Amino acid sequence: METSIWRALFYLVGIMAFAGLNAAYLGWCERKGAARIQRRIGPCEAGYAGLWQPLADGLKLLSKQLLVPQGVDGIIFRVAPVLAMIPAITSMVVIPFSDNIGARAMELSVLLLFALASIGMIAILLGGWASGNKYAIISAARSVSQNLAYEIPMLITVITVVMISGSMNLREIALDQQGGFWHWNIFRLENGHFLTMWISFIIFFICSVAETNRAPFDMAEAESELVAGFMTEYGSMGFGLFMMGEYLNIVVGACLTATLFLGGWDCPFGLTPGVWWFLIKIYILIFTFIWIRWTYPRTQIYRLLNLSWKILIPFSLVNLLITAALIKVF
Amino acid sequence: MSGYWSDIFTGSKSLITGLAITAREFFKPVVTERYPWEVPTMTPLFRGHIELIGNEETGEPNCVVCGMCQRACPSVCISLDGKKNEGGKGKVLTSYVLDFTKCSLCGSCVESCNFNALRFSREYNLASFDKNDFIMDLMKRLEDQNRCKH
Repeated sequence: METSIWRALFYLVGIMAFAGLNAAYLGWCERKGAARIQRRIGPCEAGYAGLWQPLADGLKLLSKQLLVPQGVDGIIFRVAPVLAMIPAITSMVVIPFSDNIGARAMELSVLLLFALASIGMIAILLGGWASGNKYAIISAARSVSQNLAYEIPMLITVITVVMISGSMNLREIALDQQGGFWHWNIFRLENGHFLTMWISFIIFFICSVAETNRAPFDMAEAESELVAGFMTEYGSMGFGLFMMGEYLNIVVGACLTATLFLGGWDCPFGLTPGVWWFLIKIYILIFTFIWIRWTYPRTQIYRLLNLSWKILIPFSLVNLLITAALIKVF
Repeated sequence: MSGYWSDIFTGSKSLITGLAITAREFFKPVVTERYPWEVPTMTPLFRGHIELIGNEETGEPNCVVCGMCQRACPSVCISLDGKKNEGGKGKVLTSYVLDFTKCSLCGSCVESCNFNALRFSREYNLASFDKNDFIMDLMKRLEDQNRCKH
C-alpha cells in the first residue's frame, strides 16, 4: 500500500481539493464574519447567502490581464505569487488529519513545516523587491523583520511541545495526546504541564497570527499606509495567488496549533476520535483568526517588535525552562 | 521594568474586553438593509422636499394662495400662482413650483403656513442626471397622490 501510485494520487487530489476549497471559502467566511461583527449582511447576491461569491471572484480574477508594469524584475515578479502558494499546499503533506488520514508521517515533520513557512516569507520579500515600488519594498522589509521576530518564540514553544512528546513527528505528537482533553498538551495533567502550557499555547497562537501576516499584525499589507504593501503592483491571478496563499497559511497554522496543543483528532471526552474533531478544532481556530482580525486595529511596527522581543521571547524561554524542570523532576 | 507586569495584565484585559464586544455584536441582528429590494420606512421627522396637503374629502389643495411661504423662503425657491375662486370667496391655487436645487430644507415655509397646506414629504429617492427634475410641480404631485388614493 505504501508504494502504490493510487495512494499518492489520492492524497494529491485530496490535498489540492481541501486547499482549494479552503482558499475559496475562507474568503467568504471572512467577509461574512466581518459583516456580522459590523452588523452588516455581507455577500448575499451571488447564490444563496452569497455562496457563489468565491466562484465569481475567482472567475473575475482569472479573466483579468496579468499586468507586468515597466521597471519590475519580470521573472521574480511572476514567480513570487506561486512561491507564496506552493509551500502552503506542500505543508499539508505532513499534517495528520486523523489516525489514518495523513499523506506522510515523516520524522522531523515539525521542522519541515517551519522550513516551508519561511519560504512563504521569501515570497513576500521577492514580491516586494521585484515590484520596484517603494510601498512594496517597505512592506517586504517590515514583513521580514516581523517574521524573524515571531519565528523565535514560536520555535521555542514548539521545542517545549517536542520535549514533552519526545518526537518531532506530528503524528507521534498527536498520538501522544490521545484519550481526552486532560491528555492534550494545553491542559496536560501529567507532570503538571498544564501550569505553563496554556501560556505556551497563547504565545504560539499570537505568533501564528503574526506569521500569517494577519491583522492586527498585518504590517505587510497595511492598506492605510502602504496601499497594499507587497501586493501593490499585483493584479488578476497574481493577487489571487497571494490571497489564496494567505488563507492556506491560516489553515496550516490552525492545523499545527490543533496538532501541537489541542490533541489533533482526539475527542475531548475520549469518544469517537476522528477527522471530524480535527476539522472542528481547526475551524474554531480559524474563526478566532477572523474574530481577532475584525476586533483589533493594526499595531505599529515597533510595538509589534517590542511585544515579540520583550514579552513573548522571555515568556517562552521561561516556559521552556519550567517544562524541562517538570520533566526532570517527575 | 516598573510597568512591565501591569502592562501585560492591563493589555491582556483590554484585549479580552475587545473580543467580548465583537462577540456580542456578532450575535446581534443586522442593522443594514438591502436598499433597492428593501425599502426603508422614514422616520416621522424626516425632512424631504415640501409637498402640498390636499383636503381630506375633495383632494383639492388646502392652500389659499396667501403667499406667506413664498415670502418666508430665504432662498426664493417657491413660486406660486392663483386665481379668483369663481362663485366662492378667496383664491384657488393654479400652480405651485418648487425649485429644489436652491432649497436648503430650512422649513420656514412649513412654519409660516397658517392653513395646514404644506408639509415635508418622505421622499428620499432623489438621484437624477437632469437638473430640471428638481424643479418640481407640486400641484402635479398632489394630483398624482390623489389618483393613487382613489
